Amino acid sequence: MTSTRPLHLAAELAPGHGRAAPGPDTAARTVALARLAEAAGLDFLTHDDSFARPGLDALAVLARVAPETRSVGLVPTVTTTHTEPFHVQAAVATLDWVSRGRAGWRIDVSPTGAEARLFGRRPAPPTAELWQEAGEVAEVSRKLWDSWEDDAEIRDAATGRFVDRRKLHHVNFQGATFSVKGPSIVPRPPQGNPVTVVDATRPAARETAAHHADVALIAAATAEEAAALRAELHRGARAHGRDPGQLRVLLSLTVDPDAYEGGPGALAGLIADWHAGGAVDGFHLVPVVPERDLERFAAVTVPLLAGRGLFRTSYEGTTLRDHLGLERPESQYAAGARVRTGAGA
Amino acid sequence: MSTREPRKRIHLAAHFPGVNSTTVWADPRSGSQIDFSSFEHLARTAERGLFDFFFLAEGLRLREHAGRIHDLDVVGRPESITVLNALAAVTDRLGLAATVNATFNEPYELARRLASLDHLSAGRAAWNVVTSSDAFTGENFRRGGYLDRADRYTRAAEFLATARELWDSWTPEGTPKPFAHSGPQFRIDGEFTVPRSPQGHPVVIQAGDSPEGREFAASGADIVFTRHSTLEAGREFYADVKGRLARHGREPGDLKIMPGVTYVLGDTDADARERAAEIRAQQVSPQNAILALEQIWGRDLSGHDPDGPLPDVDPDPDSTLVQGRVRVADPVGTARKWRALSEAKGLSIRQTVIEATGRQSFVGSPETVAAALEEFVATDAADGFILVPHLTPGGLDDFVDRVVPLLQERGVFRTEYTGTTLRSHLGLPSPYERVEKA
Repeated sequence: MTSTRPLHLAAELAPGHGRAAPGPDTAARTVALARLAEAAGLDFLTHDDSFARPGLDALAVLARVAPETRSVGLVPTVTTTHTEPFHVQAAVATLDWVSRGRAGWRIDVSPTGAEARLFGRRPAPPTAELWQEAGEVAEVSRKLWDSWEDDAEIRDAATGRFVDRRKLHHVNFQGATFSVKGPSIVPRPPQGNPVTVVDATRPAARETAAHHADVALIAAATAEEAAALRAELHRGARAHGRDPGQLRVLLSLTVDPDAYEGGPGALAGLIADWHAGGAVDGFHLVPVVPERDLERFAAVTVPLLAGRGLFRTSYEGTTLRDHLGLERPESQYAAGARVRTGAGA
Repeated sequence: MSTREPRKRIHLAAHFPGVNSTTVWADPRSGSQIDFSSFEHLARTAERGLFDFFFLAEGLRLREHAGRIHDLDVVGRPESITVLNALAAVTDRLGLAATVNATFNEPYELARRLASLDHLSAGRAAWNVVTSSDAFTGENFRRGGYLDRADRYTRAAEFLATARELWDSWTPEGTPKPFAHSGPQFRIDGEFTVPRSPQGHPVVIQAGDSPEGREFAASGADIVFTRHSTLEAGREFYADVKGRLARHGREPGDLKIMPGVTYVLGDTDADARERAAEIRAQQVSPQNAILALEQIWGRDLSGHDPDGPLPDVDPDPDSTLVQGRVRVADPVGTARKWRALSEAKGLSIRQTVIEATGRQSFVGSPETVAAALEEFVATDAADGFILVPHLTPGGLDDFVDRVVPLLQERGVFRTEYTGTTLRSHLGLPSPYERVEKA
């Protein structure tokens, strides 16, 4: 079995184990890494985050990186357990504005009692409930991003109207643990919906990934296992009425290119084989030491893949959705979309 | 006086044009209110003018009028802290101030986001602490509900105190120490994820003129953002707020008073007055005139002609017509004043609204405006100004090109940045010096 699907490559900037101490040099260090990845043509960069260990706010770090890069996608981890859904969606939409259409977010939960005590608002519920809530945050975020139709701003001097209020929508979302009235304060972001990434290497997150992710990250020991997980995610997406063609499944790979048998060149061989076999749509590299490992990956592995015609040699589009081959969704509140889905106003 | 004291230096900040009728959108030069390029242009202009900081307001719910989303003014803005982090990449010295609500946030997360901005901007972060009490805004949040006016400041004060505990929780050597806060509003404990940031504490701004607001500012803010833009009101406010500082063990210079002001420049004073009148007419469109009236009357006045006389009926004091903005304190009294103005000068609805609302603070040639700004500061009506341009993104260009050089010639404004942090621009002590001094 061969595949002609484009290969997608992403990398993690702030892996837990290789994390440098946060501080005044975080900006310069992260910009340097992002430029390295961008020169290699990677689809996107993730930046892990948690309230449970030292580090700056990941979305802030990538907003700081955005003006100093041009093409690479920027995907901070954003937690949904102790945060306000309305603020979270506004921040992600704003990252999309400041990066001119390169934003995503990797949804995560805060499962520990220690994290709950930092907020003192409620005890940590079971992880399954947290992922269900994360799914609701993803859903309300899409509604809020869509709550401004693309052409809501009209600047009509004749009638004195800046916006057409028929194209601004209350979302009236009622979830199990929160409700949001809407509309958003942020106009619809350049990508329509920034890219939603779910780390489905943890089984608890898999259902939320199938339902809400544009990109799901998986872990597997063999190509067969990866292919089975991808098929399972596709089935789940279909069950939620989604087009599986709009879900990318990337294998998360923690590698030390030096320690990897055969080094960064052999890593290119593994990536090419698994991708050609149709097991996954791409790979998410989690380096051990970002400065060292991303440099090797960009300098050796990626050129080998590009040389074999498997990976882009330059960016063709400008947005993260372009890189991933994902459509820019129409607002769910737009007249055309309502007719097609049969949903009411 | 035989010996002149050194002239008091002016502090300047740039307010990104607001989501209200001050911002003119029908002008052909009006650009996007949301594209990053607009923020970049204004911030770079402010930095070219050696301003102290760039200021972003906040909106948490779109305004509604008569149950419908208000459609006459510029609307739609980004989330402040995220834009400021991006602006940190395209500026070097300019302070970056975000307005963030203490009612609909939690101390741990917000303290972390502000400390992150301070790190990523190398010491240029500021936080304008605002509070909200309305259930209308609450409908967008988990917290929801309503806080009464007194509780808003109780929560804000404890919020700020808690944030400071978190910012102080790492040693200067870079070791996190566990924190525990237990108060009526917040009971939290654990470890903060962000090391001490370059400024120690981001600069704290407080906006609000009520007695509670003044006391809150005097107890711990670094800057007060006030609306008093006349000399008399400014001096009275200045004396009152500065007079409260000693009770909190603070020096007069520890708190800067900066009114938000508008300005219109022209080649001559007459030219500027003419331009000011044109801008007022753009700000108060016929539709906006009726709306301004409805906001006071609390009634549907859509049947009235904006070029005709004011309505005969009195305001409805219990109206819920307007949501998402501050209610006029005394609608009946305001209506009486407007009627008197209209009758005395023979003004239509629209002319009355133009005359009665939103006067430009400083109108004149660059020389006139520079002299007036200096007088305000020299006579203790202010320590500086937060300038609110009426155009996005070019509204600050002429001020920086024409007024800033005159202020520099007068010796009342810096000719270069001498420090790298916002605290250094403002001449504010480090929070740790303050502790050692005390």
